[in-house]
Amino acid sequence: MEYKKAANDKLIAIAGNPNVGKSTLFNNLTGKNQHTGNWPGKTVTSATGYFQTALHSYILVDIPGTYSLMAHSPEEEAARNFLCFGKADAAIVVCDATCLERNLNLVLQTMELVPRVLVCVNLMDEAKRRHIQIDLANLSENLDVPVIGTTARDKKSLYEFTETLDQFIDSRKQSPLCPVTYAPPLESALAILEPLLHKKAHGALPARWLALRLLDTDSELEKEITTYLGQNLSSDPAVCQALSEAWSLLAAAHIQREEMQDLITTGLIRRAEQIYRCSVQEDREYARKNDQKLDRFLTDRRSGYPVMLLLLAFVFWLTITGANYPSRLLSHILFSIQDLLTRLFYLMNAPAWLHDVLVLGAYRVLAWVVSVMLPPMAIFFPLFTLLEDSGYLPRIAYNLDHVFCRCHSCGKQALTMCMGFGCNAAGVTGCRIIDSPRERLIAILTNSFVPCNGRFPTLTALITMFFAGSALGLLSSIGSALLLTGVVLLGVLMTFLTSWLLSRTVLKGIPSSFTLELPPYRKPQVGKVLLRSIFDRTLFVLGRAACAAAPAGILIWSMANIHLGSSSLLSLCAGFLDPVAAWFGLDGVILMAFILGFPANEIVIPIMLMAYLEESVLTEPGSLLALRELLVSHGWTRLTAACTMIFSLLHWPCSTTLLTIHRETGSLKWTFLSFLLPTAAGLILCFLVANIARIFL
Amino acid sequence: MSKHPCLNDMNPGQSAHVIKLNSSGSIRRRLLDLGLTEHTQIQCVGKSPSGDPAAFLIRGAVIAIRAIDGKDILVDL
Repeated sequence: MEYKKAANDKLIAIAGNPNVGKSTLFNNLTGKNQHTGNWPGKTVTSATGYFQTALHSYILVDIPGTYSLMAHSPEEEAARNFLCFGKADAAIVVCDATCLERNLNLVLQTMELVPRVLVCVNLMDEAKRRHIQIDLANLSENLDVPVIGTTARDKKSLYEFTETLDQFIDSRKQSPLCPVTYAPPLESALAILEPLLHKKAHGALPARWLALRLLDTDSELEKEITTYLGQNLSSDPAVCQALSEAWSLLAAAHIQREEMQDLITTGLIRRAEQIYRCSVQEDREYARKNDQKLDRFLTDRRSGYPVMLLLLAFVFWLTITGANYPSRLLSHILFSIQDLLTRLFYLMNAPAWLHDVLVLGAYRVLAWVVSVMLPPMAIFFPLFTLLEDSGYLPRIAYNLDHVFCRCHSCGKQALTMCMGFGCNAAGVTGCRIIDSPRERLIAILTNSFVPCNGRFPTLTALITMFFAGSALGLLSSIGSALLLTGVVLLGVLMTFLTSWLLSRTVLKGIPSSFTLELPPYRKPQVGKVLLRSIFDRTLFVLGRAACAAAPAGILIWSMANIHLGSSSLLSLCAGFLDPVAAWFGLDGVILMAFILGFPANEIVIPIMLMAYLEESVLTEPGSLLALRELLVSHGWTRLTAACTMIFSLLHWPCSTTLLTIHRETGSLKWTFLSFLLPTAAGLILCFLVANIARIFL
Repeated sequence: MSKHPCLNDMNPGQSAHVIKLNSSGSIRRRLLDLGLTEHTQIQCVGKSPSGDPAAFLIRGAVIAIRAIDGKDILVDL
């Protein structure tokens, strides 16, 4: 892949442990908006950005965070391969100042591989708050590479960073390729291999690093190296000869092949510890004092689960209550614009059909989507981002891991579910944080059981119209929030059930090993979160929905106005679906709305309304009471609403999600299963609810 | 032969040193990458509501480890 725009662009890789602020640094330097959040594994794909300083132009590549370059998971492999073979001019290793010792392991590994390394100690403000003192000059001396302290969240601290980067690029000073001295027998073995490998690789890869990798046999990496160098080193007779010499030397020191990995890692860790001891002064008890207090409350045996549920319900309550008024206001404004548009078309003498298609079709659905969807999204997304920023999400995974373990899947699935609340497609991509392919597939296949943002407003609108009752104000909104929480819990329950079922049938296996980092809590940047989540997420999602809404509006209008015989195409289709839909407590229009809503779930309710409105008029647009009347006049009961809500929670994933699933799994079979599972679950549940209710009511 | 206690025997607040890492395969590599080599100091900082997994402070970072993996990490409690 070619990254550079011009020959003298500098290609820089940004490496680092997960969740150290690489993406924040990247965003602030390039002005791009790679999404960030306080949990490990946020960046799953490399992002590329461009920025200029007074002296140079840079191409930055934000690679996925890894603890080590001895890859285990696909994204760690991607990170390592970019550092090995990406031909970067230099690497910036971003470290977390509050956890420098662990981070130094990756710094040392990167230094063995890349001849030009700049270390950026990020989150200096957090370190200061925790009374952690870092002697950057000492660190730089010990590592023998330039070191700079930053607070990537604060743009001002980046001026100094760019200056240092320019100086670093101009200095042309190479960093040492042997930052670690290993145990004596290993060093003697390396001494045999290094000179030979230096000759063989012609400097394309560092000899010492190659020697270490040949000793620590990693067949995947060896293949990559062979492709890159155009020769297979381990089949070269001279190299083979040297390798067996090295091994007999190691054997004499009682070192077995299996121990090589331990020996290398121990060497790295020891050196990291040494450097840390010289450069950092901290009281770890004190540094973690506040985290400890919060954790004791948020992950406690008694309060852990209730707090989780209360938080969820509280977020929903804020969303429902807050969205009510702006929703009505928006729809008033948008529908008065519709009148203006109609007058405009009339003044221009436009043909009536053109007006009807564009205004009554495309514009009206669009207006519905915006007024019903925008306010809840604009409240939910920022709230969710605040939670994400604070570091609470990994605690959810920690609290729920036991249940996932019972289902033979991975606790990190809780994180991907949380992402699914925003957008299922994002949740599916996020499943890359799960190492085991089997558990990753389970997480992908069950992600759409969590209602995404496109479905929330549908659920809240139905709850408010049919279940919250006539109780006014606070009581009714609390009731709605609790009901919505119940619906979401049903989705979570279905996730557990399906995961359990999958891991006992088509995806049999035992849970793999699991380590999850619980990052320090960070104070969320409220202002920035609001701005970013509205501009990046809300408008993005709304834009996608609008793209689907306008054509759907035209389609619905055409269907209502193309007549076959005496009835419109719309009523024919709805009538055709009616008997099927009736089994599941729905009606033909609802089912059709879900089918037409395949490109984006946001347009389901607007399409339903459009279809009903073809036959009736709405007295007061924007008022939920008027909407309720409209629905009731078309035969809706509480049961219809309940079944529609269940079906909204459990039906096929939208087209974007399915495409993402296909990309992630590379298999039509799994994509089809991901379509089938929630659909079958939804139909069965709706069927049961509708028929049991009919018996009793 | 004396049986060493393992990670699961640690209660919140207790500290110990790693004596031996009996894990194998990918979890061994992962734990080593996190800095869990022999002699490393480790502190149990809490347990999840169900008791499993538990959280440990390892070289300045808090890592959750399941009991099934914790039993292979022997400590000098």
